[in-house]
Amino acid sequence: MTDASERDVARSELRWGLITIAAVSVIMLAVIYAGVVMHINPPSNVERIDPKGLHLSAEFTEANLGTKVEANGQITARIVTTQFAFVPRCVILPADTPVTLRLSRPDVIHGILVSGTNVNTMVVPGFVSQVHTTFRKTGDLLMPCHEFCGLGHSEMLATVRVVPKSEFHPGPDGRIACAAK
Amino acid sequence: MPQNRRLILAHLWVAFAAFAAAAALGVWQMWERSPLSTPAAVPAATYYQSVTAHGVSMAYVLTTFFIMGFGYFVAETGLKRELPGRTWAWGAYFVAVAGVLMTVLSIASGKTTVLYTFYPPLTATAWFYVGLVLVVVASWVWCVLMLVAMARFKRDNPGEPVPLVMYATCANAVLWLWTTVGVAAEVLFQILPAALGLTQTIDVGLSRTLFSWTLHPIVYFWLLPAYTAFYTMAPRAAGGRLYSDLMGRLSFMLLIIYSIPVGIHHLFMDPEHSTGFKFIQTTLTALVAVPTLLTVFTIAASMELAGRLRGGKGLFGWIKALPWDRPMVLATGLAFIMLWFGGGGGLINMSYGMNAMVHNTSWVTAHFHLIFGGSVVIMYFAIAYEIWPSLTGHAAQSAARQRLQLWMWTIGMMVMSLPWHYLGLQGQWRRVATFDYADPRIHSWGPWVDVSLVGGVILLLSALLFLANLRPTRRLARIEPAPGYAYALPAHPGGHVPAALNGFALWNVLIAVLMLVAYGFPIMQFFMTPSYQAVVHRLAGG
Repeated sequence: MTDASERDVARSELRWGLITIAAVSVIMLAVIYAGVVMHINPPSNVERIDPKGLHLSAEFTEANLGTKVEANGQITARIVTTQFAFVPRCVILPADTPVTLRLSRPDVIHGILVSGTNVNTMVVPGFVSQVHTTFRKTGDLLMPCHEFCGLGHSEMLATVRVVPKSEFHPGPDGRIACAAK
Repeated sequence: MPQNRRLILAHLWVAFAAFAAAAALGVWQMWERSPLSTPAAVPAATYYQSVTAHGVSMAYVLTTFFIMGFGYFVAETGLKRELPGRTWAWGAYFVAVAGVLMTVLSIASGKTTVLYTFYPPLTATAWFYVGLVLVVVASWVWCVLMLVAMARFKRDNPGEPVPLVMYATCANAVLWLWTTVGVAAEVLFQILPAALGLTQTIDVGLSRTLFSWTLHPIVYFWLLPAYTAFYTMAPRAAGGRLYSDLMGRLSFMLLIIYSIPVGIHHLFMDPEHSTGFKFIQTTLTALVAVPTLLTVFTIAASMELAGRLRGGKGLFGWIKALPWDRPMVLATGLAFIMLWFGGGGGLINMSYGMNAMVHNTSWVTAHFHLIFGGSVVIMYFAIAYEIWPSLTGHAAQSAARQRLQLWMWTIGMMVMSLPWHYLGLQGQWRRVATFDYADPRIHSWGPWVDVSLVGGVILLLSALLFLANLRPTRRLARIEPAPGYAYALPAHPGGHVPAALNGFALWNVLIAVLMLVAYGFPIMQFFMTPSYQAVVHRLAGG
């Protein structure tokens, strides 16, 4: 090793360079496979909404928040994040069913995750954040605000109540709210 | 002894004082969040004041002052010339100190609980931002001085390559000039007008995009001095030579190119960018693994040269033969261990859709504490130990005490950050003052939070020992240090260095093109389609 010539050095570096490029290529192929075949993509719907008139918009008025089964059967939970609470504080959703979360906010930056799942999105003023998911386990999952939004950030916590499909009974208007516990 | 020792020491002492204060605040925050403290005993405002101070001190003060001070050391000892513009350097120092004082006082006033990453439409008192702008302006002066020093060396030494240590330092100056454009635009055109009351609304999508421009390469700005030490100090400390000078230059070039057009990987979970640009920046981010792995190889090969020169035999015998009792060698080894864990976590963070698993959880906090607080800061320690005798004219504190401090730092960092990784995967979210451990869904996290607190305490003790190891005492013998500093020589000195790897002109063009591809549309979209603005929330009142 000590008497390696300059050309040996160059050759070994080149060989290692090819190994690193191969390693990076494998990672990128895995990312592409996950995105294209498994549909694991970041939430990126780029949908704009005026944060100042959020409560007046058709979609995010208070009466329209929470879980609703749409006419086409699609299940959507609409949530408004504010300093420092979620409206509503609990949404109920069925397990093993494709569901959509739609979030917006009138004030500052928030963000949510649902613990134990891959649901994760920033909630940025001026945009609607949308996440599609299928919950695989039932129970009361934590849905905290995970982005600093002011002094009350730590208190900002909601619940996603995932119930077995058989126990998910929306009303005649397609709406369903968490029962008081 | 460098002529500018007072200038260098002045920078390094500010850096390390801020570091020690921030370490203490960090431990207090961990205590406050743990099950051991009384819930809500302290108002949330105090907690976030502390988080703001911790972030600003570690990320802006420690780093910027250390990098500037070390850069002045390199420009003088690496080029073996006088530093150009000493007056400018001192002027920049005082501007930066004034900026730090302004920022610290504004945090102390309690009107600045926006953390070090700002979060508009929240805005703090304008003094906070003005203070930080002054620090950045001072660092720009430093960048210019580094580039001028390099240009004059080239002018006076035609045909001779710029020494690798100075090439690396100038790579960092170039990187920093590119890096700061994003945050400067955000602060000067969006946040400051809002904080001053000139504007009442702010385009949050745009501000997040501009901040992301800075958010990734800033970490490489902090990291490059550590890499500089890997290439130009560690091989000689180990008793060997640098395996390949050319590969070092190539790595620094790739590091600055692929750390800049990648910031949108911090916005994977954001609604204002489409999947296409997120994917482009995922790809560019993956490429930054290449120079990192090249560095691992070149440094490991350099260490092998040293180990075999010292009589190490066999496949791994050279590792045992290395002089691990020397702090620079030990720190390099420990930095690589932390880089392994931190880098592995980083690959997961950058993996596009997979980011949803960890975004804004303790996993990310663990990742950057390991990479920055671990690999980078431990090399700051090692560099300080290495150059301290030549700055103070006193012999170093015992190497045993230095080694103890480095080991404590590594152990503390692992004990703190490994539980954080685990908690992040459990869904523990970030930037929280207190957790309700009575909640059955959170209860099981408690013991791991306590373990990480133990790691934090070890880190604080290590930080204090570091300061003690640097403290000038009369017990230490006076020495007459050599006039310069002996950087590691390449195994094959005098090889041909292509002009492209002896300057930055070509790479600046390449960065500009990549930035246009990566950030052109993501920024322009906010001007093409009218954005809905958010109402400014002033924490300072009024």
